[in-house]
Amino acid sequence: MANASAVAAERSRPSPAGRRSAQRTNHGSSLRRRSRIGWLFIGPFAIVYVLFLVAPLAYAFYLSLFSKGLATGTTFTGWGNYAKAFADPSFLRGVWFVVRFALVLIPVQMAISLAVALVLDAITTRFARFARLMVFLPYAIPAVIGALMWGFLYSPTFGPLQQFFDLFGQHAPFLLSPTNVFGGLMNVVIWQWAGYYMIIIYAALQGIDTSLYEAAKLDGANPWQVAFRIKVPLVSSALVLIMVFALIGTLQFFTEPQILRLVSNGTITPDFTPNLYAYNQAFAYANFNYASAISFALGIVVFIAVYIFLFLTRKRGSFLS
Amino acid sequence: MTAARIAPKDLADAQVTPRHKPRRPGRRALPYLFLGTLVVYFLTPIWWLFVASTKDVGGLFNGSAGALWFDKNFALVPNLSDLFTYDGGIYLRWLGNSLFYALAGGLGATILAVLAGYGFAKFRIRGRNFFFALLLGSVMVPLTALVIPTFVLMSRLNLTDTIWAVILPSLLNPFGVYLMQVYTADAVPDELLDAARVDGAGEFRTFFQVAVPQLRPAFITVMLLSVVGCWNNYFLPLAMLSNTHLFPITVGLGLWQGQASANNSGGHSLWGLIIIGSLISVIPLVIAFLSMQKYWRGGLAVGSLK
Repeated sequence: MANASAVAAERSRPSPAGRRSAQRTNHGSSLRRRSRIGWLFIGPFAIVYVLFLVAPLAYAFYLSLFSKGLATGTTFTGWGNYAKAFADPSFLRGVWFVVRFALVLIPVQMAISLAVALVLDAITTRFARFARLMVFLPYAIPAVIGALMWGFLYSPTFGPLQQFFDLFGQHAPFLLSPTNVFGGLMNVVIWQWAGYYMIIIYAALQGIDTSLYEAAKLDGANPWQVAFRIKVPLVSSALVLIMVFALIGTLQFFTEPQILRLVSNGTITPDFTPNLYAYNQAFAYANFNYASAISFALGIVVFIAVYIFLFLTRKRGSFLS
Repeated sequence: MTAARIAPKDLADAQVTPRHKPRRPGRRALPYLFLGTLVVYFLTPIWWLFVASTKDVGGLFNGSAGALWFDKNFALVPNLSDLFTYDGGIYLRWLGNSLFYALAGGLGATILAVLAGYGFAKFRIRGRNFFFALLLGSVMVPLTALVIPTFVLMSRLNLTDTIWAVILPSLLNPFGVYLMQVYTADAVPDELLDAARVDGAGEFRTFFQVAVPQLRPAFITVMLLSVVGCWNNYFLPLAMLSNTHLFPITVGLGLWQGQASANNSGGHSLWGLIIIGSLISVIPLVIAFLSMQKYWRGGLAVGSLK
């Protein structure tokens, strides 16, 4: 995205020569007028942006500087809530879980999405087109429904898993038990999102000039070399973009654990992820000050994580350059 | 199921520009095996949902043919009538609410995005680079982190537990603005706009009559993404609403699931309702996606290539 913004900014920035000539011919007042009209177009969005992004962020920060005690009432505690959050085992365990989850989930998900997109780019039969739609289908299904469905499929009473294991006279593993919950949740998320990422990569692959493949073939490259030496590098900016999305989404993990919590026999605790913890602090304990601090702290964690990621990938995707 | 039935018809016109490549049958077994396995994996939960929707309570728990095949008692119709009559037909109300929130929030966010994208792309605004960088930075702000503070702000204004609490925050879609900006910069030539202005068209007439028609593919993409975002939204309405009559379908089904798990013995009929309720609720969006795929696929490429 930063890459894209750089491109976009480059394109629309008036060339120095153009700017000079504009000044010389004294078009300044008309430029100011054009700027005002531009703001009329941006205005409605800007209002929403201020009301529902800037104001909540500022207010969350303000709230997070206070604490509410039963005896003392609301008092200013400065960084107290943040000190508390970063020493709170519930918050830290939640952050550690989502960070670990992101580190394992995102590479696996990317590998699957990229592999499917490459295969679909290479074959254009009816079946391939059918497969493309079916892999994408879960994106049209709300995450709540996806989580409910997998909850049923994992269920020892409804689900097919136990029946499958019965064939071998075995007990099916419960995929939401403490040892399996990591994989169980990962499966739900991959099912839900891999198709969406696949479609973005596929769209980028379709945009590559096919004459490159012809040239590579003439030079004796085999299909694998074409895939990994030409196609993958050319869609790397799409890969970076969706990895950023996946990272932001994973660190905010909420819907799936919230839905599966009730059928997990207590594995998924109310502080399982930072967002779940903030939600419960706010709505179960009416502790809005601390919940705001957690939300804000989580926002900071996400921002740092995204920044580190963009920094690490700056060469390949020409980010921050 | 529904998707599978619709798919072949759509597949015929799906490929806009088929790329011709020499096909070598025989060497293609591995990719087909790979795709086939994935199709099975991605369809299994949906197939299970459809099969389970046709079972009565007994069939659900001790079905004669297992979890992935139909029970001898085909109870789809009684299940449907249960679903639509339970608790005074509240399910239909939830479905209607979801549709309303998704269309109002999605359409509103799209209109704001088209206007702002055009403003950023086609006007020399002072401090433009700064504001655009701010916009891109806010794509990275975790939106769920905003839910709790927005809730507290809204409750100060006595707006929680109203439809506005769900619709207004949904109008914020920075990524949509970014997509529209990139697309507008490419798809609407400055010469065309200048020509319209020289002919005496005002700025707004130029926008509506010259720019908007060129922006249709991006408009539909951003609209689909925003509508899906609103339709899928769970955290925001969960936090904002407590009146069950205002719930969208996601929060409603979550509520039923909570009731069903809290009461394991008497909750069986509710499990059946959740299953068929889930099935019915996925149909509208699946149809929308399958029938509009040639629009959104083009638009997604815009976002990823630049």
